[in-house]
This record gives sequence, C-alpha cells and structure tokens, in this order.
Amino acid sequence: MRPGNKARTTIRLSFSYIALILLTAFCAYPALWVLMSSFRTGDALFSDTILPTSYTFSHYTELFAKHPFGVWYMNTLKIAVSSMILGTILTLLTGYTFSVFRFSGRKNLMSILLVLGLFPGFMSMIAIYILLNQMNLLNTHTAVVIVYAAGAPLYFLFAKSYFDTIPRSLVEAARIDGAGHMPIFFRIVLPLSTPLIVYTALMTFTGAFTDFIFAKLVLRSPDKKTLAVGLFDMIGDRFSNEFTMFAAGCVLAAVPVTILFILMQRFLVEGLTAGADKG
Amino acid sequence: MQQLAIERKYPEHSKKFRKKAVLLSVIAMGLGQIYNRQYAKGFLMLAFYVYGIYTAVTSLPHALWALATLGETETHLQKVGRLYKQVMGDHSIFLMIEGLITVFIMLVMVWLYIAGIKDAYRTGKLREEGVRPNTFKQTLSFVAAYRFPHIVLAIPMLGVVFFTVMPIIFMILVAFTDFTRDTMPPAHLINWEGLQAFKELLRIKAWSHTFYSVTLWTFIWAFFATITGYFGGFAAALLVQSKGIRFKSFWRTAFILPFAIPMFVSTLIMRNIFNGQFGPVNQYLGMLGIAKAPWLSDPLWAKITLIIVNFWLSFPVSMLMIIGILSTIPKDMYEAADIDGASGSQKTRLITFPMVMYSMAPLIIMQFVANINNFNIVYLLTNGKPLNGDFQFAGHTDILITWLFKLSMEQGKYNYASVIGIFIFIVLSVFAIWNVRRTKAFKEEDAS
Repeated sequence: MRPGNKARTTIRLSFSYIALILLTAFCAYPALWVLMSSFRTGDALFSDTILPTSYTFSHYTELFAKHPFGVWYMNTLKIAVSSMILGTILTLLTGYTFSVFRFSGRKNLMSILLVLGLFPGFMSMIAIYILLNQMNLLNTHTAVVIVYAAGAPLYFLFAKSYFDTIPRSLVEAARIDGAGHMPIFFRIVLPLSTPLIVYTALMTFTGAFTDFIFAKLVLRSPDKKTLAVGLFDMIGDRFSNEFTMFAAGCVLAAVPVTILFILMQRFLVEGLTAGADKG
Repeated sequence: MQQLAIERKYPEHSKKFRKKAVLLSVIAMGLGQIYNRQYAKGFLMLAFYVYGIYTAVTSLPHALWALATLGETETHLQKVGRLYKQVMGDHSIFLMIEGLITVFIMLVMVWLYIAGIKDAYRTGKLREEGVRPNTFKQTLSFVAAYRFPHIVLAIPMLGVVFFTVMPIIFMILVAFTDFTRDTMPPAHLINWEGLQAFKELLRIKAWSHTFYSVTLWTFIWAFFATITGYFGGFAAALLVQSKGIRFKSFWRTAFILPFAIPMFVSTLIMRNIFNGQFGPVNQYLGMLGIAKAPWLSDPLWAKITLIIVNFWLSFPVSMLMIIGILSTIPKDMYEAADIDGASGSQKTRLITFPMVMYSMAPLIIMQFVANINNFNIVYLLTNGKPLNGDFQFAGHTDILITWLFKLSMEQGKYNYASVIGIFIFIVLSVFAIWNVRRTKAFKEEDAS
C-alpha cells in the first residue's frame, strides 16, 4: 500500500461526513423549526432568534380548547385505521390473484387498473359526490372509508411484484397436500410477506391520514372534520396570527406517522426494494 | 377441466344436443341448461333472466331517454290554483348518472346472456361426446376451484367500477356538455354540446394561451422534479453506503425524515419557512447580510422553490430504493474492476450507475408521470401563485392538474375541466402503458 492512500481515505471520509451532516441538517431543519415554533411564546410566524427565548406549552392546550382538535384526531384515526384494514386486505388479495393465477383477460385487466390509478382523483369527485349523495352518505366517515378502500387496489403492483418473489414451489407443495386457495394464502403466503403487509398498511394508513381534498369535499360539519382538513382550514383562515398554534397542531399530527415510519424503516426498505425489483 | 376435453369417438348421428341447447338459451337464458339437465343452474339463470327482462322493460327506455336528452322540463313556475309554485324540473346530472348505471347493468346482463349461450353449447357438445353434464354440486366445486381468481377479484373490481370507472365515464361525458356553474341543475338543464368545449378551449386565444403555457410548465416541472429527486437520492445512497462510513442506519433514518412527515404538514410548514416577509430562510439570509429572495412571490423564484421543496420531499424514496438495488449488485464485479486497476469514480460510472439505471428506469418514468399529476405540492405550497394576468384562472406555477381543480371547484367550469382531464389522462396513459408493458412484472417469465 502506498503511503498516500491512508491520507486520501481520511480526506474522502471527512468530506463524506461533512456532506452527511449538511444533508441531515437540510432534512431535519423543517421538523425542528416547527417543533421550536410550537413551543415559542406569542403567536407570530416571525421570531428574532433561531432558538426560542422562552418556552410554553400553552399552544397545545389552546389547540384543544379553541378547536375541536381531539375530535379531529379521533376522526382521523378512525378513518385511517378502517381504510387501512379494508384497503390492505383488498390490495393484497388483488396483488396475490394477479401474481399466482393465470386467467383470461388478466393482462388487460392489470393494464386497465394501472392506468386508472393514474387518473386524477378529483376529476371524478363531482360524480362521486353525487353517488354518495344518492346513497345518503354525505358528511359521513363511512363514505370516506369506502372511497379510500375502494381506491386502494389500484396500487396493487407492489403487492404483485412482491408475491412474484415468493417461490412457487411452496404454494404447489401445499396444493398437493390438499390445501385450498384461502388456507394457502392465509397460512403460507401471508406469513412470508410481513414487509409487504407493513408497507401496504403503512401506505394506505398515511394515505387516509393525510388526504384532505376529498375529505374536505365530503366532510362538512366541524365535528366530522379530519386533522388535515382542520389544519388546512386553520392556516387558510388566519395563519399569520395563530401560527404557533398551527405549528403545535402540525407536531401533533405528524408525530405518530413519523414515529411509525421510523420504526417500520426496515420493512419499508424491504417492501420498496422487492416491489421495485422489476427492471 | 382439461381431463373433460379428452378426444373421444362418438356417433356421428347428430349435433342435436348442442344445437337445441343453444337455441333454447337464445330464447331464454337458462332454458338450454335445463335442457342439458342442469336443473338448479338452469332455473337460477332463468330467474335471473326474468329479472333482467323486467329491469330492461321498466328502466331501460327511461335511461336511454335520460342519456339522450339530459332532461326536458326545466324547473319553472307553474300556476297552481291562484299561486305560482316552483315546480322541479329534470335534474340532468342525476339523470345522466342513473342512466349510466342502468346501461352498465344492462351490459352486464347481455354479457351473462352470451356466457349462458356459450355454456349451453359447451355442455351440449360434451353430452354428444357421452359425458354427463356436471351436477349443480359439481358446478359449485368447479367454480370454487377454477374460478377462484374471478371470485376474489370481484369485490375489489366492484369498488373500482363504482368509484373509479363510473365517475371517469361521467366526467368524460361532461366534456361534451355545457355543464358549468351557470347551468347548475336542478335550476337549469344541461345540454349535449358535442365538441364545443374542446373548440372553445383550443380556439379562443386567452384559453389556448393558458392551456399551452400551463402544459409546457407542467412538463418542465415534471422533468426537473423527477431528475432532482432521482439524482439526489442516488447521491445520498452512494454517500451513505460508501466504504468506511459509520452509523449508516442513523444517517439513513435522518434522511428518511422528509418522507416520514405527512406531506400536508411538511408542505404547509415549507410555505411558512419560505414566507418572503417573516419566514426563517429570508431571516437567516438577512442575518448573513444577503438580500431577501422573493421565494414565493416572483414567478421564476416560485418555480425554483417548488422544485427545491419537491427535492426535499422526494429524494428519500429514491434513496431507499437505490440502497436496496445497490445491495443486489454482485460483489465480484467490483473485485474484477479492482484487479483491472479501476478507480473509485470509474467503478461508480461504469458499474454502479448502469446497474442502478437498469432497475430504476421504469420507476423514473412512473415518477415522471406521478409528477405531472403532483397536485398536493403545488396546491399546498404555492396554490399556483403568483397570479398571472394573462392566464385564465391560473397562476404562474399552476400545473394542469391544479388548473383543472381551480376550473372545476372554484370557477365551476366543469366542461372545460373535463376536457383538460381527458388530455391529462391521454398523456398519462400513453406513458404508463408503454412503461408498464416493458417491466418484468408484466412480461411473464413463467407461462404456466
């Protein structure tokens, strides 16, 4: 080994670390900034100092006192969890069927679904609105859950690609042993698919948790609103003079999902790469 | 199923079974099955047929009338006794949707009818060959075993048809009407206008100018948004995974943060961070003695800000995927390169980059397509602002999809919005189909 090598490696590594630290700051800054803002006294967007000079919890308590924040939170959780369960089941079943079975019209059906998935959602919103009106479901959470869950199977491709990687011989062996389609799916395939299940569940959960356009259209009364709609209306009305409270709302809305993502990181990487492996 | 179709010799005496079965099935669905001695199945189908005919007779004429005319009586005042009373007219939109549903149900019926005839023919043929037709029980178990995918898919597909396909057809139809806020039912009737909305949008100068400019910006935006996110993710992945870096999982977690924070929260936060007057970014620039930048108020700056924020939001996903792909590149390729005396940058350029590109190419195209449609970031960050006086109801940063939203939800120009929607849809489908057909998930390795 030449003597220059070690020095060169050190230089390379130092540059890498500097880049990593800068990138970390770039990534974490907005989150930290909003966290700081939520603890700052006063209610303005502007502050003279980077770190707040005095801290207060009052914005968090105000949030519950001035707005039905607790109700919004429960609504959102209710909607997100129900859509997650329904949507995940539908997506997994669709992906599994397309992966394992060969039947006529299969490829066309898949192409149609993929293209439909690209269709701008609110193009069809007026029609959905009228449909929901006909079914007397306007301003109900059921409507939102049904629409989210019904839309979930359009994104079946990740699930299909993942199921494609499960060795077919396992399924064949079980079938020879006399297992039916459903037992094979639940007892053999699903237990092997934890990363996929977590990934799909996480995506449908956050999709429902964070959607606001559709929720805004359907959920009209304050007691039915979700977090996204509530927060958006808050910033739309008068964000400049209630900014710190809005920041507190953001923190409360973002923390559970963020923690979930960080905890599930391993599954996320596995799910994403398995789904992405289709070159 | 396969075993049943074994070639066998049978007397040439007749093709009577299949002929009669088909004829009977043409007369009424289910009769052919009854003739084939599949009584339970036959009567079920017959009952269904009766119901279908009943529906057709009672609601099809109305549905066709509704779709053709979209209603004939307008809401008007009518003299009832001595007072004028408001009499509700036809509601064009409800008529259109109800008509669509009825026509759709009828199409399903027709499809079942044809399937019934085919089935009668097949069973008749089997009988000629001396095979006993399946009993009802056998049919059921056959369906459970061989029609499993159809049964499983029925539920999700029903949802998709009802909440995606139907609304899309509805919106496509709207493009050919004069449906705007001014003709909002039930006060007014909507009329079929043919290609009027298309013509107006493309011929009237002010509209076509907006349309072409917004389309151009949509593509520029999608291009830069995709490229920056992808190469940013690539660089971050290389950085984190490069030799000798410690705390890999810590860095990775830190970089995932933008992806993990719900998008509506982070974009709204970004809107405040880049606030020209009070936002922290300009504040820090001020502290450093640099002039404030008009992040969201100048057209060019607003576009740049949009791309920066999108970069922040989108590079983590690319990074995660590329990290995954990096781990699949065989180590011996690098060893061979080492023996040949390749430098680090050569290895990256000649091995890593092509390998990653190979796997990522379809995803980049999908990302591009998704960015054309990236409603959330534009709507939440700039809302299309700054305003542009030359445009019809669009700002400098509006992309097609946000313009569509403004036209329909804010301006009530539903027919124009639908025309734009159809345009977006065509562009996207071309990309998507072309792309998806090339991916491995579609080219079935196993033909089984």
